[in-house]
Amino acid sequence: MVNKNTVWLLLAAFVLPAGLCLFTIGGASAQGIDPATAHDRFDYAEIAKAPAKARTRNNPQEGKPETVLVGKKLFAQHCAECHGSAAEGGKKAPSLRADEVQQATPGALFWVLTNGVVRRGMPVWSRLPEPQRWAIVSYIKTLNVSPSPQRADNTTQ
Amino acid sequence: MQLSCHKQHYRLCSLATVLLLFLGARLSWAQESPYIVAYDHYLEEPGNLEVEYFSTLGTQRDGDPFHAYWVELEYGAKAWWTTELYLDGQSTFSQSTVFTGFRWENRFRLLQHEHFVNPVLYIEYEQINGADKIIKEVEGHDIESDNEPNALARRTLKHELELKLLLSKTFNGWNFAVNPLTTKSLSPNEPWEFGYAVGASRPLALNASANSCNLCRENFVAGVELYGGLGDTESFGLHQTSHYLAPALAWNLPSGSAVRISPGFGLNSDSHRLLMRWGLSYEFIGFGERISRLWEKRW
Repeated sequence: MVNKNTVWLLLAAFVLPAGLCLFTIGGASAQGIDPATAHDRFDYAEIAKAPAKARTRNNPQEGKPETVLVGKKLFAQHCAECHGSAAEGGKKAPSLRADEVQQATPGALFWVLTNGVVRRGMPVWSRLPEPQRWAIVSYIKTLNVSPSPQRADNTTQ
Repeated sequence: MQLSCHKQHYRLCSLATVLLLFLGARLSWAQESPYIVAYDHYLEEPGNLEVEYFSTLGTQRDGDPFHAYWVELEYGAKAWWTTELYLDGQSTFSQSTVFTGFRWENRFRLLQHEHFVNPVLYIEYEQINGADKIIKEVEGHDIESDNEPNALARRTLKHELELKLLLSKTFNGWNFAVNPLTTKSLSPNEPWEFGYAVGASRPLALNASANSCNLCRENFVAGVELYGGLGDTESFGLHQTSHYLAPALAWNLPSGSAVRISPGFGLNSDSHRLLMRWGLSYEFIGFGERISRLWEKRW
Protein backbone atom coordinates (compact mmCIF):
# COMPACT_ATOMS: atom_id res chain seq x y z
CA MET A 1 0.00 0.00 0.00
CA VAL A 2 1.37 3.38 -1.00
CA ASN A 3 1.21 5.88 1.81
CA LYS A 4 -0.07 9.46 1.54
CA ASN A 5 3.36 11.07 1.85
CA THR A 6 4.70 9.00 -1.01
CA VAL A 7 1.87 10.18 -3.23
CA TRP A 8 2.72 13.81 -2.51
CA LEU A 9 6.40 13.22 -3.09
CA LEU A 10 5.70 11.59 -6.43
CA LEU A 11 3.45 14.51 -7.36
CA ALA A 12 6.18 16.97 -6.45
CA ALA A 13 8.87 14.96 -8.19
CA PHE A 14 7.11 14.20 -11.45
CA VAL A 15 3.99 16.30 -12.01
CA LEU A 16 5.76 19.63 -11.51
CA PRO A 17 8.68 18.81 -13.84
CA ALA A 18 6.18 17.47 -16.36
CA GLY A 19 4.29 20.76 -16.19
CA LEU A 20 7.53 22.61 -16.71
CA CYS A 21 8.33 20.50 -19.76
CA LEU A 22 4.91 21.36 -21.21
CA PHE A 23 5.82 24.98 -20.90
CA THR A 24 8.85 24.56 -23.17
CA ILE A 25 6.42 23.86 -25.97
CA GLY A 26 4.44 27.01 -25.16
CA GLY A 27 6.32 30.09 -24.05
CA ALA A 28 5.29 33.63 -23.42
CA SER A 29 6.02 37.00 -24.89
CA ALA A 30 8.12 39.69 -23.29
CA GLN A 31 6.44 42.79 -21.94
CA GLY A 32 6.80 46.13 -23.67
CA ILE A 33 8.19 48.82 -21.39
CA ASP A 34 8.39 52.47 -22.23
CA PRO A 35 12.14 53.20 -22.44
CA ALA A 36 11.69 56.73 -21.17
CA THR A 37 9.89 55.54 -18.05
CA ALA A 38 12.51 52.86 -17.47
CA HIS A 39 15.26 55.48 -17.70
CA ASP A 40 13.63 57.67 -15.05
CA ARG A 41 13.27 54.86 -12.54
CA PHE A 42 16.99 54.13 -12.21
CA ASP A 43 20.16 56.02 -11.70
CA TYR A 44 23.49 55.14 -13.20
CA ALA A 45 25.63 56.11 -10.24
CA GLU A 46 27.17 52.66 -9.98
CA ILE A 47 29.15 53.19 -13.17
CA ALA A 48 30.92 56.14 -11.59
CA LYS A 49 31.93 53.95 -8.64
CA ALA A 50 34.25 51.86 -10.80
CA PRO A 51 37.82 52.30 -9.51
CA ALA A 52 40.18 54.23 -11.79
CA LYS A 53 42.23 51.10 -12.51
CA ALA A 54 39.13 49.21 -13.63
CA ARG A 55 37.81 52.15 -15.66
CA THR A 56 40.96 52.39 -17.78
CA ARG A 57 41.09 48.70 -18.71
CA ASN A 58 40.91 48.08 -22.43
CA ASN A 59 38.58 45.55 -23.96
CA PRO A 60 40.83 42.68 -25.14
CA GLN A 61 38.00 41.38 -27.35
CA GLU A 62 37.62 44.65 -29.23
CA GLY A 63 38.17 44.39 -32.96
CA LYS A 64 37.72 40.62 -33.11
CA PRO A 65 35.25 39.87 -35.90
CA GLU A 66 32.75 37.75 -33.98
CA THR A 67 32.85 39.56 -30.64
CA VAL A 68 29.71 41.65 -31.09
CA LEU A 69 27.74 38.63 -32.31
CA VAL A 70 28.91 36.61 -29.32
CA GLY A 71 27.99 39.51 -27.05
CA LYS A 72 24.55 39.76 -28.63
CA LYS A 73 23.90 36.07 -28.00
CA LEU A 74 25.12 36.29 -24.40
CA PHE A 75 23.09 39.45 -23.81
CA ALA A 76 19.96 37.64 -24.96
CA GLN A 77 20.73 34.72 -22.64
CA HIS A 78 21.70 36.57 -19.50
CA CYS A 79 20.74 40.25 -19.62
CA ALA A 80 17.63 40.67 -21.75
CA GLU A 81 15.26 39.30 -19.12
CA CYS A 82 15.81 42.46 -17.01
CA HIS A 83 17.22 45.05 -19.43
CA GLY A 84 14.85 44.18 -22.27
CA SER A 85 15.54 42.34 -25.50
CA ALA A 86 16.67 45.58 -27.16
CA ALA A 87 18.39 46.85 -23.97
CA GLU A 88 15.66 49.47 -23.71
CA GLY A 89 15.21 48.87 -19.98
CA GLY A 90 12.39 47.29 -18.04
CA LYS A 91 10.71 47.20 -14.68
CA LYS A 92 13.72 45.62 -13.05
CA ALA A 93 16.67 47.27 -14.77
CA PRO A 94 17.61 50.45 -16.63
CA SER A 95 18.11 51.08 -20.32
CA LEU A 96 21.60 50.38 -21.58
CA ARG A 97 21.07 52.73 -24.51
CA ALA A 98 21.23 55.73 -22.19
CA ASP A 99 24.06 58.21 -22.53
CA GLU A 100 25.36 57.32 -19.08
CA VAL A 101 26.08 53.80 -20.32
CA GLN A 102 27.14 54.62 -23.85
CA GLN A 103 29.63 57.24 -22.69
CA ALA A 104 31.12 55.02 -19.99
CA THR A 105 34.45 53.35 -20.67
CA PRO A 106 34.42 49.63 -21.52
CA GLY A 107 36.39 49.03 -18.33
CA ALA A 108 33.72 50.70 -16.19
CA LEU A 109 30.96 48.61 -17.80
CA PHE A 110 33.02 45.47 -17.33
CA TRP A 111 33.45 46.36 -13.65
CA VAL A 112 29.70 46.83 -13.14
CA LEU A 113 28.98 43.58 -14.94
CA THR A 114 31.51 41.71 -12.82
CA ASN A 115 30.43 43.16 -9.47
CA GLY A 116 26.73 43.63 -10.09
CA VAL A 117 24.64 46.17 -8.20
CA VAL A 118 23.47 43.74 -5.56
CA ARG A 119 21.47 46.17 -3.41
CA ARG A 120 19.51 47.27 -6.52
CA GLY A 121 18.85 43.75 -7.72
CA MET A 122 21.59 43.19 -10.30
CA PRO A 123 23.46 39.94 -9.64
CA VAL A 124 27.23 39.62 -9.96
CA TRP A 125 28.25 38.11 -13.28
CA SER A 126 31.77 37.00 -12.47
CA ARG A 127 30.53 33.46 -13.12
CA LEU A 128 30.76 34.25 -16.83
CA PRO A 129 34.35 33.89 -18.03
CA GLU A 130 36.13 37.20 -18.74
CA PRO A 131 36.10 36.88 -22.56
CA GLN A 132 32.31 36.48 -22.42
CA ARG A 133 31.84 39.51 -20.17
CA TRP A 134 34.00 41.59 -22.52
CA ALA A 135 31.92 40.38 -25.46
CA ILE A 136 28.77 41.63 -23.71
CA VAL A 137 30.47 45.00 -23.15
CA SER A 138 31.35 45.12 -26.86
CA TYR A 139 27.74 44.48 -27.78
CA ILE A 140 26.39 47.08 -25.35
CA LYS A 141 28.72 49.67 -26.88
CA THR A 142 27.11 49.09 -30.27
CA LEU A 143 23.71 50.18 -28.92
CA ASN A 144 24.43 53.89 -29.17
CA VAL A 145 21.27 54.48 -31.17
CA SER A 146 18.19 56.00 -29.57
CA PRO A 147 14.99 53.94 -29.69
CA SER A 148 13.31 54.36 -33.06
CA PRO A 149 10.33 56.76 -33.25
CA GLN A 150 8.17 53.85 -34.41
CA ARG A 151 8.88 51.91 -31.19
CA ALA A 152 8.32 54.98 -29.05
CA ASP A 153 4.94 55.46 -30.73
CA ASN A 154 3.99 51.85 -30.09
CA THR A 155 4.81 52.00 -26.40
CA THR A 156 2.81 55.17 -25.80
CA GLN A 157 -0.34 53.82 -27.40
CA MET B 1 -10.21 33.97 -14.84
CA GLN B 2 -12.07 33.20 -11.65
CA LEU B 3 -10.79 30.15 -9.84
CA SER B 4 -13.04 28.68 -7.21
CA CYS B 5 -11.78 25.83 -5.07
CA HIS B 6 -13.86 23.80 -2.70
CA LYS B 7 -12.20 23.14 0.59
CA GLN B 8 -11.69 19.44 -0.11
CA HIS B 9 -10.00 20.23 -3.43
CA TYR B 10 -7.73 22.87 -1.98
CA ARG B 11 -4.48 20.92 -2.55
CA LEU B 12 -5.38 20.08 -6.13
CA CYS B 13 -6.30 23.69 -6.84
CA SER B 14 -3.05 24.91 -5.30
CA LEU B 15 -1.10 22.54 -7.52
CA ALA B 16 -3.07 23.65 -10.60
CA THR B 17 -2.40 27.32 -9.78
CA VAL B 18 1.32 26.69 -9.43
CA LEU B 19 1.36 24.82 -12.75
CA LEU B 20 -0.43 27.70 -14.45
CA LEU B 21 2.16 30.10 -13.10
CA PHE B 22 4.95 27.88 -14.43
CA LEU B 23 3.28 27.71 -17.81
CA GLY B 24 3.07 31.48 -17.94
CA ALA B 25 6.70 32.00 -17.06
CA ARG B 26 9.59 32.04 -19.49
CA LEU B 27 12.59 29.76 -19.42
CA SER B 28 15.93 31.32 -18.80
CA TRP B 29 19.40 30.23 -19.84
CA ALA B 30 20.71 28.22 -16.92
CA GLN B 31 24.32 28.77 -15.96
CA GLU B 32 24.85 26.05 -13.43
CA SER B 33 28.01 24.99 -11.70
CA PRO B 34 28.60 21.23 -11.59
CA TYR B 35 28.58 21.10 -7.79
CA ILE B 36 25.94 18.97 -6.11
CA VAL B 37 27.17 19.20 -2.52
CA ALA B 38 29.46 22.25 -2.46
CA TYR B 39 28.16 25.79 -3.07
CA ASP B 40 29.80 28.69 -4.81
CA HIS B 41 28.83 32.28 -3.97
CA TYR B 42 26.40 32.80 -6.85
CA LEU B 43 22.76 33.18 -5.88
CA GLU B 44 19.56 32.79 -7.85
CA GLU B 45 18.64 35.84 -9.89
CA PRO B 46 15.91 37.89 -8.18
CA GLY B 47 12.37 36.91 -9.12
CA ASN B 48 13.48 33.68 -10.82
CA LEU B 49 12.50 30.20 -9.76
CA GLU B 50 14.70 27.23 -10.40
CA VAL B 51 13.19 23.78 -10.15
CA GLU B 52 15.65 20.96 -9.74
CA TYR B 53 15.41 17.21 -9.41
CA PHE B 54 18.31 15.12 -8.15
CA SER B 55 18.91 11.41 -7.69
CA THR B 56 21.52 9.57 -5.67
CA LEU B 57 22.06 5.86 -6.21
CA GLY B 58 24.13 4.46 -3.38
CA THR B 59 25.66 1.14 -2.47
CA GLN B 60 25.86 -0.29 1.06
CA ARG B 61 28.30 -3.00 2.15
CA ASP B 62 25.96 -4.48 4.75
CA GLY B 63 22.64 -3.57 3.24
CA ASP B 64 20.60 -3.09 0.11
CA PRO B 65 21.47 -0.36 -2.39
CA PHE B 66 19.23 2.68 -2.27
CA HIS B 67 17.89 5.40 -4.52
CA ALA B 68 17.46 8.73 -2.75
CA TYR B 69 15.95 11.69 -4.56
CA TRP B 70 14.93 15.21 -3.89
CA VAL B 71 13.21 18.16 -5.51
CA GLU B 72 14.52 21.68 -4.96
CA LEU B 73 12.49 24.83 -5.47
CA GLU B 74 15.02 27.67 -5.46
CA TYR B 75 13.78 31.24 -5.55
CA GLY B 76 15.78 34.46 -5.83
CA ALA B 77 14.05 36.68 -3.28
CA LYS B 78 16.70 39.41 -3.66
CA ALA B 79 20.03 39.65 -5.42
CA TRP B 80 21.56 39.01 -1.97
CA TRP B 81 19.09 36.39 -0.72
CA THR B 82 18.08 33.02 -2.13
CA THR B 83 15.54 30.80 -0.43
CA GLU B 84 15.02 27.14 -1.22
CA LEU B 85 12.70 24.29 -0.28
CA TYR B 86 13.74 20.65 -0.53
CA LEU B 87 11.45 17.63 -0.52
CA ASP B 88 13.34 14.39 0.11
CA GLY B 89 12.47 10.76 -0.53
CA GLN B 90 14.16 7.43 -0.70
CA SER B 91 13.68 3.87 -1.98
CA THR B 92 15.80 1.09 -0.57
CA PHE B 93 15.85 -1.95 -2.85
CA SER B 94 13.88 -4.90 -1.43
CA GLN B 95 12.40 -2.61 1.23
CA SER B 96 10.15 0.39 0.63
CA THR B 97 9.76 3.91 -0.71
CA VAL B 98 9.41 6.62 1.91
CA PHE B 99 9.05 10.36 2.06
CA THR B 100 11.88 11.40 4.35
CA GLY B 101 11.21 15.06 5.09
CA PHE B 102 11.85 18.61 4.01
CA ARG B 103 14.51 21.26 4.30
CA TRP B 104 14.26 25.02 4.10
CA GLU B 105 17.47 26.70 3.11
CA ASN B 106 18.43 30.38 2.92
CA ARG B 107 21.60 31.88 1.56
CA PHE B 108 22.64 35.48 2.20
CA ARG B 109 25.36 37.28 0.34
CA LEU B 110 27.36 39.24 2.91
CA LEU B 111 29.33 41.66 0.70
CA GLN B 112 28.06 43.86 -2.12
CA HIS B 113 30.94 43.58 -4.56
CA GLU B 114 33.31 40.85 -5.65
CA HIS B 115 36.31 40.41 -3.36
CA PHE B 116 39.32 38.16 -3.10
CA VAL B 117 37.06 35.69 -1.27
CA ASN B 118 33.30 36.05 -1.37
CA PRO B 119 31.39 34.92 1.72
CA VAL B 120 27.78 33.77 1.75
CA LEU B 121 25.96 32.76 4.93
CA TYR B 122 23.88 29.59 4.65
CA ILE B 123 21.14 28.76 7.18
CA GLU B 124 18.99 25.65 6.87
CA TYR B 125 16.24 24.11 8.94
CA GLU B 126 15.58 20.47 8.28
CA GLN B 127 12.84 18.19 9.48
CA ILE B 128 13.73 14.74 8.27
CA ASN B 129 13.57 11.18 9.51
CA GLY B 130 16.29 8.59 9.98
CA ALA B 131 15.62 7.05 6.57
CA ASP B 132 16.84 10.18 4.75
CA LYS B 133 19.76 9.23 2.52
CA ILE B 134 20.16 12.09 0.06
CA ILE B 135 23.58 12.78 1.64
CA LYS B 136 23.42 16.39 0.49
CA GLU B 137 26.01 17.07 3.15
CA VAL B 138 28.11 14.88 5.39
CA GLU B 139 28.59 15.94 8.99
CA GLY B 140 29.70 14.65 12.36
CA HIS B 141 30.08 10.89 12.46
CA ASP B 142 27.70 10.07 9.60
CA ILE B 143 28.90 6.67 8.42
CA GLU B 144 27.59 3.94 6.17
CA SER B 145 26.79 1.50 8.98
CA ASP B 146 24.37 4.04 10.53
CA ASN B 147 21.79 2.95 8.01
CA GLU B 148 18.91 0.96 9.44
CA PRO B 149 16.00 -0.68 7.59
CA ASN B 150 13.48 1.92 6.44
CA ALA B 151 10.74 0.60 8.71
CA LEU B 152 12.85 1.38 11.78
CA ALA B 153 14.73 4.41 10.53
CA ARG B 154 11.64 6.40 9.54
CA ARG B 155 10.46 6.40 13.17
CA THR B 156 13.44 8.54 14.18
CA LEU B 157 12.60 12.20 13.61
CA LYS B 158 15.30 14.82 13.30
CA HIS B 159 14.90 18.57 13.65
CA GLU B 160 18.21 20.20 12.80
CA LEU B 161 19.63 23.60 12.15
CA GLU B 162 22.56 23.76 9.80
CA LEU B 163 24.94 26.67 9.28
CA LYS B 164 27.52 26.97 6.54
CA LEU B 165 29.93 29.63 5.50
CA LEU B 166 30.22 29.49 1.72
CA LEU B 167 33.56 30.91 0.62
CA SER B 168 34.14 31.12 -3.09
CA LYS B 169 36.34 32.78 -5.66
CA THR B 170 36.31 32.75 -9.45
CA PHE B 171 39.61 33.46 -11.15
CA ASN B 172 40.57 32.98 -14.81
CA GLY B 173 37.49 30.85 -15.35
CA TRP B 174 38.24 28.62 -12.35
CA ASN B 175 35.91 28.58 -9.39
CA PHE B 176 37.15 27.48 -5.99
CA ALA B 177 34.67 26.91 -3.18
CA VAL B 178 35.24 26.02 0.47
CA ASN B 179 32.24 25.34 2.73
CA PRO B 180 32.83 24.63 6.42
CA LEU B 181 29.58 23.59 8.10
CA THR B 182 28.10 22.90 11.50
CA THR B 183 24.82 21.22 12.41
CA LYS B 184 22.90 21.31 15.68
CA SER B 185 20.06 18.98 16.47
CA LEU B 186 17.21 20.88 18.12
CA SER B 187 16.73 17.96 20.50
CA PRO B 188 18.33 18.62 23.90
CA ASN B 189 21.79 17.31 24.82
CA GLU B 190 22.91 16.75 21.23
CA PRO B 191 26.41 17.98 20.28
CA TRP B 192 27.28 20.33 17.44
CA GLU B 193 28.47 18.36 14.43
CA PHE B 194 31.00 19.53 11.87
CA GLY B 195 31.76 18.86 8.24
CA TYR B 196 33.21 20.34 5.10
CA ALA B 197 32.82 20.50 1.34
CA VAL B 198 35.33 21.89 -1.11
CA GLY B 199 35.10 22.15 -4.87
CA ALA B 200 36.87 23.39 -7.97
CA SER B 201 35.36 23.81 -11.42
CA ARG B 202 35.95 25.41 -14.80
CA PRO B 203 34.03 25.68 -18.09
CA LEU B 204 35.60 23.57 -20.84
CA ALA B 205 35.95 26.74 -22.92
CA LEU B 206 36.11 30.37 -21.80
CA ASN B 207 35.20 31.86 -25.17
CA ALA B 208 31.63 31.54 -26.39
CA SER B 209 30.56 30.92 -29.94
CA ALA B 210 28.29 33.33 -31.77
CA ASN B 211 25.64 30.72 -32.51
CA SER B 212 23.38 28.96 -30.10
CA CYS B 213 24.48 25.35 -29.79
CA ASN B 214 23.92 22.37 -27.53
CA LEU B 215 27.29 20.70 -27.70
CA CYS B 216 29.62 23.72 -27.64
CA ARG B 217 32.41 23.32 -25.14
CA GLU B 218 31.43 26.49 -23.25
CA ASN B 219 28.15 24.78 -22.27
CA PHE B 220 30.03 22.21 -20.20
CA VAL B 221 31.50 22.91 -16.78
CA ALA B 222 33.71 20.24 -15.23
CA GLY B 223 34.78 20.07 -11.64
CA VAL B 224 35.51 17.99 -8.61
CA GLU B 225 34.13 17.98 -5.07
CA LEU B 226 35.52 16.63 -1.81
CA TYR B 227 33.24 16.41 1.20
CA GLY B 228 33.08 14.69 4.56
CA GLY B 229 32.49 14.82 8.29
CA LEU B 230 34.74 16.22 10.98
CA GLY B 231 33.19 14.77 14.14
CA ASP B 232 31.39 16.76 16.77
CA THR B 233 32.03 18.82 19.89
CA GLU B 234 32.50 15.63 21.93
CA SER B 235 34.94 13.98 19.52
CA PHE B 236 36.26 16.34 16.90
CA GLY B 237 38.41 14.82 14.15
CA LEU B 238 38.45 12.22 11.41
CA HIS B 239 37.77 9.14 13.58
CA GLN B 240 34.63 7.33 12.36
CA THR B 241 33.81 9.84 9.68
CA SER B 242 33.04 9.37 6.00
CA HIS B 243 34.58 11.24 3.06
CA TYR B 244 33.90 11.36 -0.66
CA LEU B 245 35.69 12.49 -3.78
CA ALA B 246 33.33 13.29 -6.64
CA PRO B 247 34.16 14.43 -10.16
CA ALA B 248 31.23 16.42 -11.56
CA LEU B 249 30.03 17.68 -14.91
CA ALA B 250 27.29 20.21 -15.74
CA TRP B 251 25.78 20.63 -19.18
CA ASN B 252 23.91 23.89 -19.68
CA LEU B 253 21.48 23.68 -22.58
CA PRO B 254 20.23 26.67 -24.59
CA SER B 255 16.66 25.43 -23.99
CA GLY B 256 17.00 26.63 -20.37
CA SER B 257 17.71 23.34 -18.70
CA ALA B 258 20.86 21.97 -17.14
CA VAL B 259 21.98 18.43 -16.50
CA ARG B 260 24.47 17.47 -13.83
CA ILE B 261 26.18 14.18 -13.19
CA SER B 262 28.60 13.22 -10.44
CA PRO B 263 29.90 9.82 -9.35
CA GLY B 264 31.11 10.08 -5.73
CA PHE B 265 33.68 7.60 -4.45
CA GLY B 266 33.97 6.77 -0.76
CA LEU B 267 37.49 7.39 0.52
CA ASN B 268 37.46 5.11 3.57
CA SER B 269 35.69 2.06 4.96
CA ASP B 270 33.11 4.22 6.78
CA SER B 271 31.91 5.72 3.47
CA HIS B 272 29.54 4.28 0.91
CA ARG B 273 31.64 2.82 -1.89
CA LEU B 274 29.75 4.69 -4.60
CA LEU B 275 27.21 7.51 -4.69
CA MET B 276 26.05 7.98 -8.26
CA ARG B 277 24.30 11.32 -8.56
CA TRP B 278 22.57 13.13 -11.37
CA GLY B 279 20.23 16.08 -11.58
CA LEU B 280 18.08 18.12 -13.92
CA SER B 281 17.16 21.78 -13.48
CA TYR B 282 14.97 24.38 -15.15
CA GLU B 283 15.00 28.08 -14.44
CA PHE B 284 11.89 30.21 -14.85
CA ILE B 285 12.18 33.95 -15.09
CA GLY B 286 9.61 36.37 -13.76
CA PHE B 287 7.96 33.82 -11.47
CA GLY B 288 7.87 36.22 -8.49
CA GLU B 289 6.35 38.94 -10.65
CA ARG B 290 3.54 36.62 -11.71
CA ILE B 291 2.83 35.61 -8.12
CA SER B 292 2.63 39.26 -7.06
CA ARG B 293 0.28 40.06 -9.97
CA LEU B 294 -1.95 37.17 -8.92
CA TRP B 295 -1.96 38.58 -5.39
CA GLU B 296 -2.87 42.05 -6.66
CA LYS B 297 -5.81 40.64 -8.64
CA ARG B 298 -7.06 38.70 -5.65
CA TRP B 299 -7.23 41.79 -3.45
